[in-house]
Amino acid sequence: MVQAMLSTPHALFDQIDRLQREITSAFAAEGLPSGIRSVAAGTLPAINVGRTASSVEVYAFAPGLDAARIDVTLDRGVLRIAGEREPFAPGADAHTQVYARERVSGRFARALSLPDDVDPAKVSATYVDGVLRVSVGLRESAQPQRIAVQ
Amino acid sequence: MTTPNAIARAASPANPAAAQRAARTTVPAVDVFEDAGGITLLADMPGVPRDQLELRLDGDALVIDGAMAPLAPEGLQPLWAEIDSPHFRRTFTLSRELDTARIEANLKDGVLTLRIPKQAHAQPRRIPVNTP
Repeated sequence: MVQAMLSTPHALFDQIDRLQREITSAFAAEGLPSGIRSVAAGTLPAINVGRTASSVEVYAFAPGLDAARIDVTLDRGVLRIAGEREPFAPGADAHTQVYARERVSGRFARALSLPDDVDPAKVSATYVDGVLRVSVGLRESAQPQRIAVQ
Repeated sequence: MTTPNAIARAASPANPAAAQRAARTTVPAVDVFEDAGGITLLADMPGVPRDQLELRLDGDALVIDGAMAPLAPEGLQPLWAEIDSPHFRRTFTLSRELDTARIEANLKDGVLTLRIPKQAHAQPRRIPVNTP
């Protein structure tokens, strides 16, 4: 670090910037989710969940995966998304220096429990532009229906 | 191109909606490698299609800007969101030995790969010593 500080002003500010980021992330624990299967932010993949009148939509932000090797299972109301991201190999050049390695790689799995009224027979998954979208339909009985007035 | 004036205007309290829009961006995770020929940068930008990705050079700053294509179907109620802004932005300061005219960009499955070569004269080379 001392070496980096001596070189250029840019490097000094970069170090302070990084220190600040580390401090922020170290004290950010209060806002973390409390679910037993939820994990800290910054993991792969980040997940957004939404609900429409007829389905539950799960978006997993998992860029750079091979769609054929993403494993999506739905077992007793728990949706599990597993896969692996190959680490990027920057070439076998002996002079290659790594300045940032923020992108997570390796095997990952995330699970989330879905509401009780989902229909396990109506699941579809697509992978476009690095986003895995899993759409789980709701049971007919759980969907809003119009009641005819006699 | 955004001028400093426009930035100041957007961030002023008189325009809170614009200020909020400017503040709420997702910072893409990156990998940065340097070898003798230049710098390779990888950035995770899931959901960003090619036509929504903008790379621009502002002086010595390289700005990566991308917006996710709208994903949500009609009437989606959010229940849980770990990514709360569909807008990715990150700025890098480039040093002078990098050749900004020859940057190559490639976007595949939400991963942006940038190759920023060094100027030809900045690449390390061996100086031959002539014998008289």
